[in-house]
Amino acid sequence: MKPFAYHQPDQIPDAAKLLTSIEDSKLVAGGMTLIPTLKQRLASPTALVDLSKLGSLKGITDDAATITIGAMTPHAVVAASKLIQTKIPGLAALASMIGDPAVRSRGTIGGSVANNDPAADYPAGVLGLGATIITSKREIAADKFFLGLFETALELGEIITAIRFPVPVKAGYAKFKAPASRYALVGVFVAKFPDGVRVAVTGAGPGVFRVPPMEAALSGHFDPSAIAAIKIDTDGLASDIHAEADYRAHLVTVMAKRAVEAALS
Amino acid sequence: MGNVIGIGAAPKRKEDQRFLTGRGNYVSDIKRPGMAAGVFVRSPHGHAVLRGIDKSDALASPGVIAVLTGDDVADDGLGSLPCGWGITDAKGMPMKEPPFPMLAQDKVRFVGDMVAFVIAETPEQANAAADLLKIDYKVLPSVVGVLEAVRPDAPQLFEDVPNNICCDWELGDKAAVETAFKKAAHVARLSLVNNRLIGNPMEPRAAIAEYEPGTDRYTLWTTSQFPHVVRFLMGALVLNIPQHKLRVVAPDVGGGFGVKQFHYGEEAVITWAAKRVRRPVKWVASRSEGYVSDRHGRDHVTEAELALDETGKFLAFRVNTLANMGGYLSTFGPNIPTNLYGPLLGGVYTTPAIYCNVKVVFTNTVPVDAYRGAGRPEATFVLERIVDVAASEMGIDRVEIRRRNMIPKEAYPYQTPVLVQYDSGDPMGCLDGALVAADVKNFGARKAASARKGKFRGLGYSTYVEACGLAPSRFAGRLGARGGLYESATVRVHPTGQVTVMIGTHNHGQGHETTFAQIVSDKLGVAFENVDIVFGDTDRVQFGMGTYGSRSLVVGGAALSKATDKVIVKGKKIAAHLLEASEADIQFEAGKFSVAGTDRIKTFEEIAGAAYVPHNYPLEVLEPGLEEQAYYDPVNFTYPGGCHIAEVEVDPETGTVTLVNYTAVDDVGTVINPMIVEGQLHGGIVQGVGQALFENAVYDEGSGQLLSGSLMDYCMPRADHLPMMKVATHSTLCTHTPMGVKGCGEVGTIGSPAAVINAVVDALSHLGVTHVDMPATPNRIWRLLQNASLPVAAE
Ligand SMILES: Cc1cc2nc3c(=O)[nH]c(=O)nc-3n(C[C@H](O)[C@H](O)[C@H](O)COP(=O)(O)OP(=O)(O)OC[C@H]3O[C@@H](n4cnc5c(N)ncnc54)[C@H](O)[C@@H]3O)c2cc1C
Repeated sequence: MKPFAYHQPDQIPDAAKLLTSIEDSKLVAGGMTLIPTLKQRLASPTALVDLSKLGSLKGITDDAATITIGAMTPHAVVAASKLIQTKIPGLAALASMIGDPAVRSRGTIGGSVANNDPAADYPAGVLGLGATIITSKREIAADKFFLGLFETALELGEIITAIRFPVPVKAGYAKFKAPASRYALVGVFVAKFPDGVRVAVTGAGPGVFRVPPMEAALSGHFDPSAIAAIKIDTDGLASDIHAEADYRAHLVTVMAKRAVEAALS
Repeated sequence: MGNVIGIGAAPKRKEDQRFLTGRGNYVSDIKRPGMAAGVFVRSPHGHAVLRGIDKSDALASPGVIAVLTGDDVADDGLGSLPCGWGITDAKGMPMKEPPFPMLAQDKVRFVGDMVAFVIAETPEQANAAADLLKIDYKVLPSVVGVLEAVRPDAPQLFEDVPNNICCDWELGDKAAVETAFKKAAHVARLSLVNNRLIGNPMEPRAAIAEYEPGTDRYTLWTTSQFPHVVRFLMGALVLNIPQHKLRVVAPDVGGGFGVKQFHYGEEAVITWAAKRVRRPVKWVASRSEGYVSDRHGRDHVTEAELALDETGKFLAFRVNTLANMGGYLSTFGPNIPTNLYGPLLGGVYTTPAIYCNVKVVFTNTVPVDAYRGAGRPEATFVLERIVDVAASEMGIDRVEIRRRNMIPKEAYPYQTPVLVQYDSGDPMGCLDGALVAADVKNFGARKAASARKGKFRGLGYSTYVEACGLAPSRFAGRLGARGGLYESATVRVHPTGQVTVMIGTHNHGQGHETTFAQIVSDKLGVAFENVDIVFGDTDRVQFGMGTYGSRSLVVGGAALSKATDKVIVKGKKIAAHLLEASEADIQFEAGKFSVAGTDRIKTFEEIAGAAYVPHNYPLEVLEPGLEEQAYYDPVNFTYPGGCHIAEVEVDPETGTVTLVNYTAVDDVGTVINPMIVEGQLHGGIVQGVGQALFENAVYDEGSGQLLSGSLMDYCMPRADHLPMMKVATHSTLCTHTPMGVKGCGEVGTIGSPAAVINAVVDALSHLGVTHVDMPATPNRIWRLLQNASLPVAAE
């Protein structure tokens, strides 16, 4: 790890100002992704701006049609939330499948979404549910937020403050864990709304993506059998020592079916 | 006053008190006054010419004390890292043994090969300076696989090692095997890969070295399984430090599995550097650094053929293996795929003729050496897999074919056609026990239940034997060992009757402090808590060859037993004097010396007191003091073994293999502490399951990059991968070790890979699958199912 300055602001505007005024500064939330990269000296920011003192970034609230999760809410809190377990059980299940207990206690939804790791779980839930990313500057629809491998619509100095999820009729997540890392080798989130179904896939490609043929089929008939025969094109899918592209493509169909089963159960 | 806790009891482990309360003392816990930090700069290339290193920017970096390279090593005229075994080829020619410089000279030969050592005030400063080294590499193509390395057009690692072949080794009667194959009713054939593994002890390697100018003495603290061997190899053969001027300490060590039983270049560099900079220097590897520098294990490609008669009796076995050595010869490297492999190919069977050829091959990968089991898991895997292949091809039940060929209990001692003679064993008894424990008779019902859920269930057997207790020195010497393989122990009885044992083995998680204390407590009748076991310090322990090859109890425990016997003999002499009886009439039992047939006794404490306060003492014929030492060199290996039965369930939709049941019935000889034996079996089995289902060190051909370079990509087995295991012992006593012990450190790892893979193949056999290479990952199973003869029922 290389030396860096450390700031712990207690107002969002102060945090944003530190980010824009200090060159090569970085936000730190749970640190579960950032700290390992510092330790391996893959990143060497000049300053860390710690979000942990920003109380307004924590907590879960709801209204009739949505649930809003503060950016600094750890995965374990989402997994254990009675509210989320009742209204969007698929999302609570997703949070419970991230990493291990230590990672779930520290890692945050904001950090995960901002990082947009191609094998992370939350991006599938956020895109699958058609959530809205609320930042220090604006609101961004999930469909416009994830731009591919570790790329998002976030601008310099922009901080995610919360994510707002519409409450679906039904939703489910199925994850095939990568054997060693236990990130998603393929993870599929399926959400049924009154006006249609959304299917989002993580792990299989360079970034989270939707599967329109599956969405159409499931909108007609929300049952695993509706998508059993839908095959995913291997083009653009990841291929590595754990899984070749055609195997990943196969798993997308299998996991999508299992996500529908989970949503129905 | 505590209690005697003897052989066969299962006290909690003494050492766990300090481990579980965070009071262990590991190398990285140690701080020395004025200590500086060192980091190794390692080659990022698999194969390259080292054209030059410009140190100037690094030397000017803040806090830097020194930057050392291969040129400095050459200037100081230091030796190459020695190989402890010199094997010979079929014609009796010695293996090719190119130098292994402690810092690379002229060329680098694997990603991780050490190029420079940077010493600074802090690790951060050393790392920053390391980034500033300008190293001029001319990158060459790498070759990482053994099949590729022996091709005529392959990149050559060493000018004088044609085709990268270090040694073309053989064992057995080739002609007899050929004759038997001609008569065979059936020949089973199998090609397989034994996957490359990374040991992953919990504690990464680390070292601290210090030089005291006042006494001209060096101290090296290192994460080692054998400090005395490091002292010898490094002092005598690399750095030219006289043995009495070098102290090597291996304090608490957090797991070894073989990874820490070699003399590493890092140890030599840091010891040499400490004198050059006149400062203690510390280096602690990161996990990622360990991945490219800890010696790897396994990595074979094998063709095997088994000849059988019409009744399924094995007539002959022929094995041709290419074994990866990596970029240089490590301490035991060439011994592992040869002497610890070929002699095990007889297994528990009566196969009369065996021939084995092993080509030991250099590649641009981390040097390969012993990893838990070392050679014997590879042999067991080939044999136990091909037995299943033969059974299936001949339509004979897998258990039945094993029974038809098993060495009956009455036939021991049994001479195999591949050097070794098994002293004792009862493979049939282990098999029978395991069949019951695994509830094999109801397997059909479990398989049907799995099928109803759309899953394929399979059962796999491995009936095996291994050679442990390394090793009889004379035998090893004939096979090419350059050192002895005995063990030593000193039993020091204090004037108050407590006991300190100094032993040459090294405890790095196995529970020796408990097991050895039980032996002493049992034999001397001293309270368990009044026995301490000292190991891991060449200044405190007389000598030792260390811990590996399931040898600590078998060889070290035997030395301890002998030394304890000597204490009793001397105690009897003292007691005879004090009790005014003849020595022949003195009995020793339960901590008391008595005159036979009388109630006259002296306690062990009284005798110890008399030995150190010799007022009433036969000084004319007996020295004062009560301390005895013994060296023990075994007459044979020991041969633990047993039967493992694995049960798996395969999800055909995803290719996932789940281990659902695991049963092991092992013959480990006398059991000193059943809880520790069970723990060793559990751990060993899990490491074998890891090889079978999860672990794989993968290199990129061409660039030589390690693709599975961290725990994110190298899959270790975890608790949720495993069922509760059923582990039991079915012991016959070793006929030549003092306590009848056979060793249990490696059995689990040796028996389990074949059991698991045999179960996976069984689960898929209805689809025409006849073999699955390790690790049986979901992707690999799915691919097999895609190519299988029958369509897969996805629903
Ligand atoms: C062992 C291990 C296993 C894991 N397994 C999984 C897994 O199975 N599935 C999975 O999805 N993830 C997994 N993770 C990642 C984990 O979920 C992380 O917590 C998460 O990706 C990042 O969250 P964080 O709060 O730790 O962010 P940090 O590491 O603190 O930050 C990550 C990045 O996001 C930026 N950032 C953080 N917060 C904000 C914000 N509010 N606004 C804008 N930018 C922000 C930071 O600047 C940084 O670039 C694992 C991590 C580890 C260490």
